[in-house]
Amino acid sequence: MHELSLAESMVQLIEQTQQREGFRQVRVVHLDVGELACVEPRALEFAFASASMGTCAQGARLALRLVPGEGVCPGCGTQAAMLTLYECCPACQAHPLTAVAGTQMQVRDLDVVDD
Amino acid sequence: MCSTCGCDGDGATIEHHPHHEHEHDHHHHPHGQEQHTHSHNTAPEAERVRRVAVEQDLLARNNMQAAANRRVFTQTGVLALNLVSSPGSGKTTLLVKTIERLAGCLPVAVIEGDQQTNLDAQRIRATGAPATQINTGKGCHLDAQMVGDALHAFPLAAGGLLLIENVGNLVCPASFDLGEAHKVVVLSVTEGEDKPLKYPDMFRAADLMLLNKCDLLPHLDFDIAQAEAYARKVHPAIRIIRVSATQGEGMDEWLAWLQQQARACKVVADTLGRAAAAQAPV
Repeated sequence: MHELSLAESMVQLIEQTQQREGFRQVRVVHLDVGELACVEPRALEFAFASASMGTCAQGARLALRLVPGEGVCPGCGTQAAMLTLYECCPACQAHPLTAVAGTQMQVRDLDVVDD
Repeated sequence: MCSTCGCDGDGATIEHHPHHEHEHDHHHHPHGQEQHTHSHNTAPEAERVRRVAVEQDLLARNNMQAAANRRVFTQTGVLALNLVSSPGSGKTTLLVKTIERLAGCLPVAVIEGDQQTNLDAQRIRATGAPATQINTGKGCHLDAQMVGDALHAFPLAAGGLLLIENVGNLVCPASFDLGEAHKVVVLSVTEGEDKPLKYPDMFRAADLMLLNKCDLLPHLDFDIAQAEAYARKVHPAIRIIRVSATQGEGMDEWLAWLQQQARACKVVADTLGRAAAAQAPV
């Protein structure tokens, strides 16, 4: 359940942003979550509801955008979709793909309201 | 439309469809009235919503602290290893035997991570090595801040070895960099040989796999070649050493690996130290 740690980080990021931007309440948190990232979206949502209690993010909706995994072959340079972190190059079959997209867990932006 | 409250949706969005980059809304229940703070299309008063850019990684804070820990290790020439495994793989026994064999060769310190108790730290201290226990409470992994705080609690011998025994868990510790030089995953032969496939993130993150309890192989159905093949499938470059912490098999190879890595860390620290001294004003 490391999603609780991630949710707590998310609340911290939001509170830092609130200090900078001075909004009252967060309505929507837009997240980019890679399909290859070690995070379970439902667990993250559950943890966020708990971690955000009593903060300006309480009740905010999580809008997750899943970013597909993509890799490149270090041998032949082929780019291919990755569903797991350990896929072999579909072209040369000689090398494991190196992930170039789909490993991130990032708060992209927030929809907020002022007074 | 939401079948519980009849709203048009705008609740929590979760997508489980691969390869869709757009967001689409379906939300989760139950959501009581008090939690139902999102705006409906039919809301009586329209809110003025503005969008604020954040663009920060959720692991950014942990990664910054991990980088700070790594600087300490690099400057002092300490080889820091993050030992990860399922509960019961024999990590603590492996550490105790490792410390006993390294006595007089390499100073060793240990950070123990467990949800509760300081039993493991007591076992380590019985060998004479300094050990500090981190209890994570409800937490399922160590993070870089916990390790950074623990570093203040006891002195690290320059050029020594710091063994960080993570919480027994093959999932969560994979995501949290502690500042270590290498993750070492311990898999015991009393577990399933398919664990590398079931928990690929951890076996991808580790540079070395220790296959422990090999003395029990004659009594088990464990297919050790298959286990190694699975580990290499998820991580072709992973180094594998078969060991038995209790009977001693493979320990020489493991200790040789440790000493080789420790020497490399010391060389880097010495080089950095000389460079810093050369730049310092006379």
